[in-house]
Amino acid sequence: MNIVDQRTLWFQASKKLTRNSLAFIGLIIVTFILLLCFFGPFFIEYSYEEQNLAIAGMAPSRAHWFGTDMLGRDLFSRILYGGRISFMVAFVASLVSLGIGVTYGAISGWAGGTVDRLMMRIVEILYSLPYTIFVILLMVFIGRGLLPLFLAIGAVEWLIMARIVRGQVLFIKNQPYIEASRILGQSKIKIVYKHIIPNIASTIIICITLTIPNAMLLESFISFLGLGVQAPMTSWGDLIKEGSIAMETCPWLIIFPSLFFSLTLFSLNFLGDGLRDALDPRSKRS
Amino acid sequence: MFKYILKRFLEAIPVLLVVTLLTFSMLHIAPGGPFDQEKPLPADIEANLRAYYGLDKPLIEQYFQYLKNLFHGDLGPSFKYPGWTVNEIIANKIPVSIELGIYSLIIALFFGILIGVLAALNQNTFLDYVPMSLAMIGICLPSFVIAPLLILIFAIKLEWFHTSGWNDMSDRVLPSITMAIFYTAYLARLTRGSMLDVLQQDYIRTAKAKGLSPYRITFVHALRNALHPIVSYLGPALAGLISGSFVIETVFNIPGLGQFFVQAAFNRDYTLVLGTVLCYAIAIVVFNLIADIILVWLNPKEKFS
Repeated sequence: MNIVDQRTLWFQASKKLTRNSLAFIGLIIVTFILLLCFFGPFFIEYSYEEQNLAIAGMAPSRAHWFGTDMLGRDLFSRILYGGRISFMVAFVASLVSLGIGVTYGAISGWAGGTVDRLMMRIVEILYSLPYTIFVILLMVFIGRGLLPLFLAIGAVEWLIMARIVRGQVLFIKNQPYIEASRILGQSKIKIVYKHIIPNIASTIIICITLTIPNAMLLESFISFLGLGVQAPMTSWGDLIKEGSIAMETCPWLIIFPSLFFSLTLFSLNFLGDGLRDALDPRSKRS
Repeated sequence: MFKYILKRFLEAIPVLLVVTLLTFSMLHIAPGGPFDQEKPLPADIEANLRAYYGLDKPLIEQYFQYLKNLFHGDLGPSFKYPGWTVNEIIANKIPVSIELGIYSLIIALFFGILIGVLAALNQNTFLDYVPMSLAMIGICLPSFVIAPLLILIFAIKLEWFHTSGWNDMSDRVLPSITMAIFYTAYLARLTRGSMLDVLQQDYIRTAKAKGLSPYRITFVHALRNALHPIVSYLGPALAGLISGSFVIETVFNIPGLGQFFVQAAFNRDYTLVLGTVLCYAIAIVVFNLIADIILVWLNPKEKFS
């Protein structure tokens, strides 16, 4: 083992990650789509809201790369604008899921006993409440817009993460190496963050890659209830939903938004798998 | 263990009470009421209706009246479906949702775990990428896309199944698959990740060194320890499967309970919302309990606490 190998976990991880070609391609594609969505609209000539019924429901052409929707709006432009909303939703969901979900689950599993039971009962209660009514209440008290949308997404997207992390911690905290560090007198917080979380990192990463599509699709339901983004603004979930109605007559309306949605998720997924391998201390050194 | 189960059942009572209290409050804080309609009712008729259903009493009194009825197993009359009690609606619809949920669960558990194990055993090969990409497609396609797509292919083009309805066994196939796809994909991804973790553990090497058959190592030693995240996820997943889905029931025209979760909330059908929420909460509590028992059973070091 030479000196380079003894550098930090994160240095080794980033080195392993760049060597994993599939994960690296995933990273590049996600970055590309992200930049395209946030900066692309400045360069295209069609706006997301400009209607032109004369060209309604046109198939892809040179003027409109991805065709137009039922109101004659350019689909490419709408996909880029919609991507902004969907990326923001994904960001909020991952943040909440990582921040609240992992911490809550780790505390619950580590504490065990009464604290664990109480914390898990609270999750059960939150999980059972009627979501539609909750969204309507948010709309009444905060109004429409992005903030209440993020609150609505954030309120639920950490619950499953908390349960899964808690189950993993319950399992891991009895492993011999945790017992050893406990005997060595390490503080609880240090054990949780240095030993437990890295060992369940792979489950956490997989959970995040599963939370993101969930949140993006949940957004279209929330918007349908009137809380989130409102027409003519749009999102990927919204575009896919609209497209699914006209699946037979105008297939491009479902194909292109789904393509962007899937491509992003596939890339995130391979990136997640790469991260998982990179962070795994037991995986073979390359 | 019986003490543990008993304790959990006792804990379920405050959970359900808090759920009813919060749901009740949320419903009454939300604007609108069960008797709102496009053409408003004459004031005295609405007053009579409210008096008939006891909605004119103070909220606290209404809540305790609801709890009193609840302890007698009475969920009250539905406001939007006159002549139906909430008990009747749930008793009528829930068997369909449970049946659909069980089929989907079987599909999801079997294929999800199988695909996950297969992919983990063949990490970073063709047998890993193809099934996992299929699983990712299952996660990317929402049910409102999968359902019409399956109908288009298998019901309209190939004419293997009816486009909708819930009459004979063949009508169960498409909705069960639609519902199972997401959970299959989710379980496959969880299984793959946790199998990869477990396969590198020392005890797997020991098992190999002992000369156990690969089959035994995979399914007895590795899978048993890899099941943790799957079991943790099972509680919410089961509750979701059993309570039905608004989209799938609407597209396939299935008389299940799922549509009432959304519809009742839109209608401000107070008693029906409370009834369906209670059903869901009971499902969550029971399935989480089962999941926690399995978690302890999987890990002999863990004790019931």
